[in-house]
Parts: sequence; C-alpha cells; structure tokens
Amino acid sequence: MKQSTLFGLLVLVIRRDLVLAMRRRADVLTTLIFFVMVVSLFPLGVGPEMSMLRKMAPGVLWVAALLSSMLSLGRLFSADYLDGTLEQMMLAPQSLSMLVLGKMAAHWMVSGLPLVLMAPVLGLQFDMSAQALGVLIIGLLLGTPVLSMVGAIGAALTLGLRGGGVLLSLLVLPLCIPVLIFGSGAVEAVSTGLSVASHLSLLGALLVLALVFTPWVTAQALRISME
Amino acid sequence: MAINWFKYSAPTTFYGLAGKLIPWFALSAALLFAIGLYIGFVVAPVDAQQGEFYRIIFIHVPSSILSMFLYMIMAGYAALGLIFNTRLSAMMATAIAPTGALFAFISLWTGALWGKPMWGAWWVWDARLTSELILLFLYLGFIALHASIDDARRADRASALLAIVGSVNVPIIYFSVKWWNTLHQGSTIKFTGTSMHVAMQQAMFTMLAACWLYAIAIVLARVRSIILERERNTTWVSELPEVRS
Repeated sequence: MKQSTLFGLLVLVIRRDLVLAMRRRADVLTTLIFFVMVVSLFPLGVGPEMSMLRKMAPGVLWVAALLSSMLSLGRLFSADYLDGTLEQMMLAPQSLSMLVLGKMAAHWMVSGLPLVLMAPVLGLQFDMSAQALGVLIIGLLLGTPVLSMVGAIGAALTLGLRGGGVLLSLLVLPLCIPVLIFGSGAVEAVSTGLSVASHLSLLGALLVLALVFTPWVTAQALRISME
Repeated sequence: MAINWFKYSAPTTFYGLAGKLIPWFALSAALLFAIGLYIGFVVAPVDAQQGEFYRIIFIHVPSSILSMFLYMIMAGYAALGLIFNTRLSAMMATAIAPTGALFAFISLWTGALWGKPMWGAWWVWDARLTSELILLFLYLGFIALHASIDDARRADRASALLAIVGSVNVPIIYFSVKWWNTLHQGSTIKFTGTSMHVAMQQAMFTMLAACWLYAIAIVLARVRSIILERERNTTWVSELPEVRS
C-alpha cells in the first residue's frame, strides 16, 4: 500500500531505473569516459600553458558536462518506449509528472552525479585552487539536475524520431545556456575575488524553477509523442 | 453588425481571405520600403560620429525588433493551437518560423557589417549580439523539430510545446547573457545618448512598418501553401480554380 503514495511512487521509479542502469553499466561508463576525454582534449588543443588552462578550466568543465549530459539523454525514455513500458506508465492511474520526475532523478544519479564526482580530479589537471574546486562542485550539484530536467523535455519531444540524438542537442543546448553561464561564472568569481553567492543563488533558482515546471512539461511532451 | 470572427479560424475560409489580403500587404510593404529607403539614403543627414555607416540601422533595427516580436507571436499561435486544438494556429506558427529566422539572420549579418567599421570587429560578444544568436538557434531548433516529424499533427504539437518552452526561456537567457557580459567586461561601446534627427526617425519607423507588412504578406503566402499541402486530399482544395487548372 505504501507504494500508492506519490513519494512511494517516486522511490519506486528511481529504484527501477537505477537497477536497469546497473545492469547496463557500460552505458553509464561511456558518458563518464566521454566527459574525461573531452576535458583532456582541451589542453592538447590550446597548449599546456598553466595560466591559460587555469583560466579556461571552469568553462571547459562546464561545456564538457553539458555535452556529455546531452549524450545520455537519448536513453532517458527510448528503452521504455521501445519495449512498451512507457505506454503502460502513461496508462497508470498515478501522476505521469511524478513518474517523469522519478526518471529525471534516476537519470541525474546515473549520468550527472558521476560527472560531479569526477570534476574535481579533472580540475586538478587544470591546476584549479581548492576553493575554486569547491565552488565548481556546488555549482555542478545545482546545475546538472537542471540539465537532466530541461533535457528530458527534448528527449520526450524527439522520442522515436530519426536522427533524434543530434536533433535533441539542437533543441536543448540553447535552453541550457543560463546554467552554463552561472555555473562557470561562479567558479570565475572565485578567481576574481567576487562573491560567489549571487551565481549560486541563481543556479538554485533555476533548479527550483525546473523542478516545478519541467516534469509537467515533459509529461505533456510524452503525451504528444505517444498519441 | 455581428461578425463571426471564428469563421476565419477554419483553413477553408482563411485560405480565401489570405489570398485577398496578400496583394494589399505586399504592395504597401513595397511602397513603404521605397519611401523608407529614400528618406534613409537621401533625406537623412550624415551622422556626426558614424558618417555614412550608420545608415545600416534602417534595416538592422527593424529586423532585430521583428525577429524578437515574431518569436513571441509564433509562441502565441503555438499556444493557441495547443489549447484550443485549432489547426490554423499551428499552421501560422509554422509559417512564421522561417521569416523570424530570416530576420534574426539579417539582424546578425547587418550588425556584423556595421560592427566592422565602428568597433573594428565583425563580432563582439556583446549581450545583445549573443542573445540574438541564441534566438536564431531557437528558431532553427523549432524548424528542425517540425521538419523531422512526419505526422503533421504530432509535428505541430511537439514544436508548439518547444516554442512555448523557448518563450519562457527567452527572458532568462537574455538576462543571464547580460550579466555574463558585464562580468566579463566585454565591449564598452554602447549606442546611447545622442538624440536622433527627425528624418532618421522617420526613415526608421517607415522601414519598421515596411518590414512588418512584408512579414505579414510573406507569412500569409506561406500559410496558404501549408493549407494547400495539408488539405490536398479534401474536396474544397480540388475544386479551387488554381488547383484545377
């Protein structure tokens, strides 16, 4: 009976998606490896000068996080769509928005959280200070869920389309620009001695806004794609 | 006299109305373009600081204004289509997108042409330029999504939702880009202060009106083609004189 409550439903969906992700660990690892690779390519592209790399680090890490989260978004609904689970979920009497929120949360834990944990190690390659690394982690913790949530709208809209992956990035990347700006701006503020609080507050505001609206919008998008 | 406004929300009746309206909008657009360009190039004096270069604003400013307004109008039609399930609204949204993208592109292009002699650079990462570029991306995303869905109904509804999400996001993007720019201490050149000469104002407003009329004419023409394409299997389309011949 406990599972009929909204929170119980949320936990159920998250647990299900996490189990599924753990059965296909390679998918999770490829996203992470992609992130590490993109970040490591930048010094090779622009040269090993530490002063320049230190300055570029926040932007590079954030852009790489943005790109690798795009990479895994295609899988958010497609497996459930192909085997018919998604249809059953939509027929379920429970709120579709809540189900979608659960899937978003699981997606973030699988593809966003590893990036957050990996970022400080990569930051050290770019000789970032401990303080900057701390802000980077807080920023990524606040920002990557937004990427998962806004991305879910795009994933729902492009469900089952040919060339869905590229199209998805085309739709979602412009919408993610504010996250990128405030996220890397926060880290930059550390190095210029400005207050970090404003950037992090704005990131938090974006997170709250996304948390309220995106599950519902994604549910509507799924209904459009599935009808 | 009570007019039934909803009569023209049906593609069947709107097709005829649009056909009658297009020549008027197109002619007045051409006339106003001619007047606006004449005032802009001949009557308006040379600017004290910018010389002849400033004249590009007569096309740059109207196209920037239109690119932004058209996105909001497009999102408005998209919302109408989603809420009331009217086919024509979705077709209007689809018809507006290419014109909006065109104006965004013209705005960026003419901005670059103006920036080279004025700022000494084709492109600066100014807040306005950057948000205009992102606006162009949003238009392209809308068009790409609509083009990649074969089922017309799903294409309409999916791209409508995207347009609405985009329109909610536009202010957020605009302000984030603005703050990002001030943080980075970007370009310090701003065009403020100097009051405009009367002839310059006249040229600007005439060109703005001309661009509006052009946009309306072209959108109506495009929506007519969309109606024909979507309704090609219906009797009323096959009975149209232009289709039968």
